Amino acid sequence: MIVADKKPIEEIIGEIKDYTTILILGCNECVTVCEAGGKKEVGILASALRMYFLNQGKDVTIDERTLERQCDHEYLEEIRDVADQYDAIVSLACGVGVQFTAEKYHAVPVIPGVNTCFLGATETRGLWTERCQACGECILARTGGICPVSRCAKRILNGPCGGASNGKCEINKELDCAWQLIIDRLKALGRLDDYENISPIKDWSTDRAGGPRRVVREDVQL
Amino acid sequence: MRLKYPASIKIVRIPCTGKVDILHILRAFEMGADGVYAVGCMEGDCHYDSGNFWARKRVEQARKILDTIGIGGERVQMYNLSAGEGPLFAEYAVEMHEKILKLGPNPLKLAKKKAA
Ligand code: SF4
Ligand code: SF4
Repeated sequence: MIVADKKPIEEIIGEIKDYTTILILGCNECVTVCEAGGKKEVGILASALRMYFLNQGKDVTIDERTLERQCDHEYLEEIRDVADQYDAIVSLACGVGVQFTAEKYHAVPVIPGVNTCFLGATETRGLWTERCQACGECILARTGGICPVSRCAKRILNGPCGGASNGKCEINKELDCAWQLIIDRLKALGRLDDYENISPIKDWSTDRAGGPRRVVREDVQL
Repeated sequence: MRLKYPASIKIVRIPCTGKVDILHILRAFEMGADGVYAVGCMEGDCHYDSGNFWARKRVEQARKILDTIGIGGERVQMYNLSAGEGPLFAEYAVEMHEKILKLGPNPLKLAKKKAA
């Protein structure tokens, strides 16, 4: 999923202080799972903002709404009737949702309520870690299911580098060396021979190096 | 045991303090509460293992939010006691009551009056 983190309330207040009718718009998917932008977080932020403005003596309306997703037309259309009534929308979806909402509702400023961090997994509740950088050409089949692009600090494809020690990365002693993990896993799979094969140069044009990307699937288009 | 505790305190019964959410605490203040405290079982004695630890975390988070928005985090408090400690329950109620008296009413009440 896309992992996001909450923005400090102070920062959000700074962005919306000049508006008087504001919609806090949550998303039911990724950001709900990482407890940053679901219905509950919408409720908490809205409640805090209502109290803040009331205490400041400002008459501000803060409404709450949470959509199934903000990255799909059909769900975003659900606020078509009401979007124009607001001076601003604070979107608690990931950066994709914020932008898609802004594209759809041109006349209303859309403000991000979370910091979008990475594609990752929930290791335990309250701990999310990165697993993928959407490089566009997945090599996990060759690396024992462990991604050196997202989990090796240097993104090297034939590791480890000289900085690895005791299985840890040189940038942080807490951080597992991705290549140590790959070797351990290949060993466990009885496929250490794969490790001996030098990885060819990766085509990074499918990564961000090639500019903004698109996936076109004519087979599913009408 | 017919113990007295201040009449200002309204008890909201929940199955376990683990049920307390930040949102419940914030809404109480939005609705005009002057203070909120959660009374959980002793740490380590939770029937559901960790309910009272969750409550403590949420109380702390609510405190932070209330500090940020100028309502005052010290209006929220977590207490722990065992089910057999009625006198301590009453003691905590008095303690909380006095603390809130010192802090004064929820600033939102004044703001609402001004706005009206
Ligand atoms: S808007 Fe973002 S957080 Fe919401 S479902 Fe789409 S990708 Fe996930
Ligand atoms: S190789 Fe690329 S697509 Fe595969 S997990 Fe790593 S970053 Fe993601």
